[in-house]
Amino acid sequence: MAAFQLNGRQVSPTSADDTPLLWVIRDEIGLKGSKFGCGIGACGACTVHVNGKAVRSCITPLKSVAGAEVTTIEGLDPGGNHPLQKAWIEAQTPQCGYCQSGQIMQAAALLKAKPHPTDADIDAAMNGNLCRCMAYVRIKKAIKLAAGEGAKA
Amino acid sequence: MNRHLSSTELAPSRRGFLIASSAAGLLFSFAGAPEASAASAGFEPTIWYGIDRDGTVTVHVIRAEMGQHVGTAIARIVAEELEVDWAKVKIDHVDSDPKWGLMVTGGSWSVWQSFPLYSQAGAAGRMALVEEGARLMGVPASGCAARGGVVSGGGKSISYGDIVAKGELKRSYTPEELAKMVIKPAAERRLIGKPAHARDIPAKTNGTAHYGLDAVVDGMVYARPKLPPTRNDSTVVSIDDSAAKAVPGYIRSIALDDPSANVPGWVMVYATSFPAANKAADLVKVTWTSGPGAKVSEADLQARAAALLADPKAGSLAVEDKGVDAAFAGAKTTLTATYTTSTALHFQMEPINALAFEKDGMFEIHTGNQWQSLVLPWLSKALGRPEDKIVLRTYLLGGGFGRRLNGDYAVGAALASKAIGGKPVKMVCTRADDSRFDSPRSASTQIVKMAFGPSGKPIAMDHAACAGWPTQAMAPFFMPKGANGVLYDPFAINGANHWYSVGAQRVRAVGNDLANATFRPGWLRSVGPGWTNWALESFMDEAAHSVGKDPVAFRLSLLDGAGRNSGAADGPTARGGATRQHAVVARLAKEVGWGKKLPANTGLGMATSFGQERDMPTWTACAARVHVDPASGKVKVEKLTLVVDAGTIVSPDGAKAQVEGAALWGMSLALFEGTEFQDGQVRDTNLSSYTPLRMADVPEIEVIFVESTEPPVGLGEPATTVVGPAIGNAIFAASGARVRDLPIRPKAVLAALKGAPAKTVAKKKI
Repeated sequence: MAAFQLNGRQVSPTSADDTPLLWVIRDEIGLKGSKFGCGIGACGACTVHVNGKAVRSCITPLKSVAGAEVTTIEGLDPGGNHPLQKAWIEAQTPQCGYCQSGQIMQAAALLKAKPHPTDADIDAAMNGNLCRCMAYVRIKKAIKLAAGEGAKA
Repeated sequence: MNRHLSSTELAPSRRGFLIASSAAGLLFSFAGAPEASAASAGFEPTIWYGIDRDGTVTVHVIRAEMGQHVGTAIARIVAEELEVDWAKVKIDHVDSDPKWGLMVTGGSWSVWQSFPLYSQAGAAGRMALVEEGARLMGVPASGCAARGGVVSGGGKSISYGDIVAKGELKRSYTPEELAKMVIKPAAERRLIGKPAHARDIPAKTNGTAHYGLDAVVDGMVYARPKLPPTRNDSTVVSIDDSAAKAVPGYIRSIALDDPSANVPGWVMVYATSFPAANKAADLVKVTWTSGPGAKVSEADLQARAAALLADPKAGSLAVEDKGVDAAFAGAKTTLTATYTTSTALHFQMEPINALAFEKDGMFEIHTGNQWQSLVLPWLSKALGRPEDKIVLRTYLLGGGFGRRLNGDYAVGAALASKAIGGKPVKMVCTRADDSRFDSPRSASTQIVKMAFGPSGKPIAMDHAACAGWPTQAMAPFFMPKGANGVLYDPFAINGANHWYSVGAQRVRAVGNDLANATFRPGWLRSVGPGWTNWALESFMDEAAHSVGKDPVAFRLSLLDGAGRNSGAADGPTARGGATRQHAVVARLAKEVGWGKKLPANTGLGMATSFGQERDMPTWTACAARVHVDPASGKVKVEKLTLVVDAGTIVSPDGAKAQVEGAALWGMSLALFEGTEFQDGQVRDTNLSSYTPLRMADVPEIEVIFVESTEPPVGLGEPATTVVGPAIGNAIFAASGARVRDLPIRPKAVLAALKGAPAKTVAKKKI
């Protein structure tokens, strides 16, 4: 039994210890915003924060997050108004949208570590997140928009 | 062959249009729909859009939302003519129902097909509301006008909501009246062509967007299929699940019985959770007898294609002008080149999945799907029940790209439920399952020939293409006959019937029977033009160089809009014909400064396309600027510039997004994506070895739309078809290396650099 904090709430899932965190969050707890894409940590659709760091929940066993603070797209901002979420709408970034929870979570971790990323920083941080619609131009644009807003604030 | 398709699609417009008050609101329906029962039932979706008593307009959209923001585009088309406040418009993506007619989302058809129909329907609704509003106000209708959901005239005004609540509307329009409905001139449009945020986007930023994978129902179990060794014709001999029994939550394994032959040889592994089903499936041992494709390799597929193409009698003559052979026989010079493309995967991000169960006599399938009308008959056959006892519940698609035109996965889920008495089963495929069960883009082989007259002017052309045929595998009723009476897959040869005036033309489509026997070829974003335009536009470059002409000037000289290329025979959307393609090529050349000097090992290449079909041309031209590293053969794309004439642009920002994504798809297929068949299966099943383009690979992209008031056309695919050949041509310009195989690997560039002469020269006739 691995209890942890999920979006600020204590949860005690009953799934087996080796169950990937993604399926615990999606199917046992019922938060569907984190997505299943590749199952090998190579597409980024399942990205969540564990103690503030972006991790691939599809290859993170439940037992490894015991006592940790886990944040999903649903918990990034109570009103869905994180600067990145607003920028994502402003730039009209998503197409099919399936990868975007993971993209936003990855970008949020980036901005936390580097509030003013360069293009190279963005490429390096985001290259592990596949967007099959290839909305990359707008993902980058939105990250820059959000970084700019953060700078002004 | 979208004429065939669109005639079915647009059938409702020929049935007249009824508008009637009901208890719940105002109904707009096409005659033949049971409007009376709809009224008594409140707001049954036998209607295309409706207005509530508070003036809210709900537009029913039959197209799947898979990233193109199609609901927003279609609802704005209605709202434009209905003269309603955009804030009062709601979008409803409907479940399957026979009353909608053909339900398909593909071919870049959605806006093109919807525009006339929904514009006229919106205009008819406005006229009816103005008439009734005038009557209620006691003023002449001739002095009234509608704007923002309010009818005003004679110093009075009344809202649509009040007209619906207080009026007694009963108005019908004949098909002729509807067809004559005057649509606003472009200058008066307030919504179409104006910026707007897509309605589906906010939910896609906060985790609330609901995809097929997110569908749940009480009491469901999970299942993962155990896939057989061949896509076709495998049968289960025995199942040994002894090891799987140790997995907590494992329930059982069942060999599915599929009369529809969509999931032959599938064994479904059931468990109480997906991780358990996943783990158990790995432990279940199944023995199969495999189908005929069990040993087939990519080389076998290409060899079969080469053998078929070598036989001039093989295949169907999609275009066959008189005098092709005579022109080649009498030509001063000729040029022949062979182009190939390898197998490519859809790799949509959301692996195929579906939730299925029986409830109250209906079989419900909850999943994202692009072609409900295709899969319903399959489900009917598989489940042994009539189509009207099956419903497909609609969800967002985590990527379509043509994969979900083929609803075979829905059959697997439905049979998994049927096998346990109709209880709810959520079938989820792993990524590797998804790739193995994909209907990939078939490998292709093409031979293109041109005959030149004395001045280097083309006098004949022969384009033969061989590939697996998706339409033959899944929708043979859409196959027309060629000039020799042989059926062909139009979607696998479109693009070769181009708009260049090249004298006598032959286009030969050859189905790769080995491909169709080995796997189920799929429609993948841009389908045939994805490979035909690779050959055609690479060849046009080679042809230009062979006669010592500039590739842009050569193309412009052939895009003269003469004869069949005037557009006169290709329907109203093709107005202007090849002169519009001429215009986008000329504009592109100007934008990129064609002919200017570039740094060493850097080159500019261009390609053009009319998009998917001659009667829905999306005139597109693309230039790629690339750098080729002569030591490694590595190609870096520095910039893509696209000029697109897509007629009227309904959603400018959405249109740009589609072109950006489509162009990067083209680049990904050109440089990064490709797999091959090994022992009847695709070799690459996950991102460890299948490597689509990532953010760091993205070049600078510039998209320019030509201003136009011509009918709107599709934008999801055309840009995909031009990027590959533009890159290939740019590699030649940069280095003298001519590549003729997709994807372009550094090794191939190096080999071409070493081996080939810098320029292709048209051969003297022997």
